[in-house]
Amino acid sequence: MTTRSIGMRLVYALALPILIIAVWWAATLNETNPFVPKPGQIVSDFFGSWFGPLLVQQVLPSLYRLGVGLISAIVVGIVLGVLVGSSRVARKLTGPLFEFIRAVPPPVLLPVLLLVIGIDDRSKIFLIFLGCLWPILLNTIDGVRGVDQVLADTTRTYGVTGWQRLRRFVLPASLPRIMTGIRLALPIAIILMVVSEMYAAIDGLGYQIMLFKQIFQIGPMWAGIVIIGLIGIVLAWIFRVIERRVLAWYFGQREVETSER
Amino acid sequence: MATITAPADAATRPQTRTPFSQTKLSTPILGALGIVGFILVWELASRLSLVNPTYLPPFTEVFAAVIEVVAGEQYRAQFWTALGNTMLGWSVGLVIALVAGVVCGVIIGSNRWVRDFTHSTIEFLRPIPSVGLIPIAVVIFGVRPAATIAIVVWACFWVILIHVIYGVTDVDPVADSTARSYGLGYLARARYVVWPTVLPYLMTGVRLSGTVALVVAVTIEIVVQAPGIGQMIAQYQSAGNAPVVYALALLAGVLGLVINLALRRLEEAVLGWHPSVRGEVIS
Amino acid sequence: MSADATTNEVLLSVRGVQKIYSTPTGGVEAVRNLTFDLRKGEFACLVGPSGSGKTTLLKCISGLLAPTSGEVVLDGKVVDGPPRNMALVFQEYGRSLYPWLRVADNVEMPLKVARVPKDERRRRVEEALEAVGLAHVPTSYPWQLSGGMQQRVAIARAIAYQPEVLLMDEPFAAVDAQTRADLEDLVRSVWAKLGLTILFVTHDIDESVYLGERVIVLSSSPTVILEDLKVDLPEHRDQLETRSDARFVELRHHVYEQIQKAKTYTGDTEAVRTVA
Repeated sequence: MTTRSIGMRLVYALALPILIIAVWWAATLNETNPFVPKPGQIVSDFFGSWFGPLLVQQVLPSLYRLGVGLISAIVVGIVLGVLVGSSRVARKLTGPLFEFIRAVPPPVLLPVLLLVIGIDDRSKIFLIFLGCLWPILLNTIDGVRGVDQVLADTTRTYGVTGWQRLRRFVLPASLPRIMTGIRLALPIAIILMVVSEMYAAIDGLGYQIMLFKQIFQIGPMWAGIVIIGLIGIVLAWIFRVIERRVLAWYFGQREVETSER
Repeated sequence: MATITAPADAATRPQTRTPFSQTKLSTPILGALGIVGFILVWELASRLSLVNPTYLPPFTEVFAAVIEVVAGEQYRAQFWTALGNTMLGWSVGLVIALVAGVVCGVIIGSNRWVRDFTHSTIEFLRPIPSVGLIPIAVVIFGVRPAATIAIVVWACFWVILIHVIYGVTDVDPVADSTARSYGLGYLARARYVVWPTVLPYLMTGVRLSGTVALVVAVTIEIVVQAPGIGQMIAQYQSAGNAPVVYALALLAGVLGLVINLALRRLEEAVLGWHPSVRGEVIS
Repeated sequence: MSADATTNEVLLSVRGVQKIYSTPTGGVEAVRNLTFDLRKGEFACLVGPSGSGKTTLLKCISGLLAPTSGEVVLDGKVVDGPPRNMALVFQEYGRSLYPWLRVADNVEMPLKVARVPKDERRRRVEEALEAVGLAHVPTSYPWQLSGGMQQRVAIARAIAYQPEVLLMDEPFAAVDAQTRADLEDLVRSVWAKLGLTILFVTHDIDESVYLGERVIVLSSSPTVILEDLKVDLPEHRDQLETRSDARFVELRHHVYEQIQKAKTYTGDTEAVRTVA
């Protein structure tokens, strides 16, 4: 692979997007149909309608629910995953059951939860929690199950047992799989956050976007959609940064292994 | 290593038997036990009013509702129509995404320049959740199957695209050069060198897309009441008909399982002869 | 110094160890009957053909596996789980080191768990790394090192742990010949300096005679002891000198013959049998 200077990389990264935006702008220059978005308008609507009180009133609650749901799914997923993964009996007991639950499309649970809990924060958070739990849980179970046998024996011979064993061996060894699970859960969290707010809500990003659509404020509607995209990008970026730090050893090891082939 | 067959020397030696949990038989038995246990807890939680039975009907009631929905006079016509609508959106969307994804994926994957130029755009558009585009789809298409199909296409297109690109870029350059040196033209190389490499990635992409497509289709139906299973669930949820809602949720799970299994079989069938089966491209 | 270990007390006692693996198709007897004693400070080698229950035996001795019958006694106590004063160095060095820990942390880890005070820990780690010649790479990750160096880390970790008995399971089998020679000498020097008791398992006959004060020859499965001979070579061993020494060649020759016989061994020393 040839080395590329920062300049060249920027050119590659920005060329096509700039081209697309330019064509888009030119094509919609004389457009009068209010349903067709214009790039300039989206930007102005973005700052005009979304920045300010709306950001706090609508976006923050969404992010809050997203955060709580996701983090509790991570905690429960890892704890449960370690418990189940460490026991062959537990794994076999839960195997088919989890497979089935996993096959249920998470949005389907939304009406179910609305029935049981109602249209407040709790049902949305619980939905996000349930949706995110499965990839994390299942990946943690696989991670715990797949720890290296030689390393496990070594750990035993040095008298590392119980909590110490968990902390110094099982968790670090399963971490790559756990991170995979979390990475898979991220888009699910965003989707469920938006879906729950579009369907039955009194606040939130999804709710606001649907509202804009209903009152024919198409510009702000588009801007809101852009915000969803941005949230996804930021979340993914944060995750990557964390992953790179936490799994530095893993990537290093893999790099060495692949270069030896 | 020899197996001992000499007659037992009674007194001294203890028998060694495999613990039950390690036997092959234990997997299905314990698995079934797990499911039965879950059902039991559900049934008891409802019957003993640990959870309000209006909102969590006992499993037996839900199961009866399942039968009702699938075969009973009152619901079955609606159910099967809804299922048909969902599957329509699912299949059409999937096929369009497949074709578009393969075409774009091959073009982008085989040319380094194109890859470099499109990388940032792909990485920006890809994470945009399909649900976010629901309002746009409804504005353009209205509350009709076309909207569902559009969103399904968006969601699955990226999955297929990424997998195909990975597949094309994974083509062994040595094999390719060898083929070239033997005078194989573009089409021949595509068939003998590129295609076998791309196929496993593509199949994985198809399998993942199958699941994604179902989730997306049902989501749209719930949110905007586009015709389909999701819409039916939403309808009965606002009517407060808990057993039917739960029954539909279970059926949706069964649908998900069936699709997943069918696609896995397909993957195995297509790749059965293939020496290398790649792992999932975690995108 | 273990100058004359034959007069020391018995540290490890293996008594009638038998191990039968249960498989879905019936029992497989890996080890039939093994009995021997290891004295304090001794360096004994276990050598046998491939497929003899060498690894199985080591796992039973180290408490990782429970023998089907018989017992292992360490320091007067029956072993029924990995004992505190024993360390085991595996053949697969790459898989026995924690990839998320640096070299120094790998060596230190068992000490942390054993609650050795910080200063003491640091001292032991430094000394152990010094002893195996790795004082210059404490901050590297194991996977950044060569195979030989990784095995040294594993040995350093065992040394720092200060076990009474060091078990080594074909530790140099996966390492190239030159590195193996270095590591063999390293083990000898560590043994001489620290007065450890070492049980060294190998399939390499030359290595077993070169390293040990005593060579125990095993049969193939179901394994029994064929011979237990004393290696009366001088204390100081040298790769070139010792290996061309007449007595070395004689001993080596003898062990080789025994191994050849072991491969076709079909009888059983004791009437020890069980139903599959």
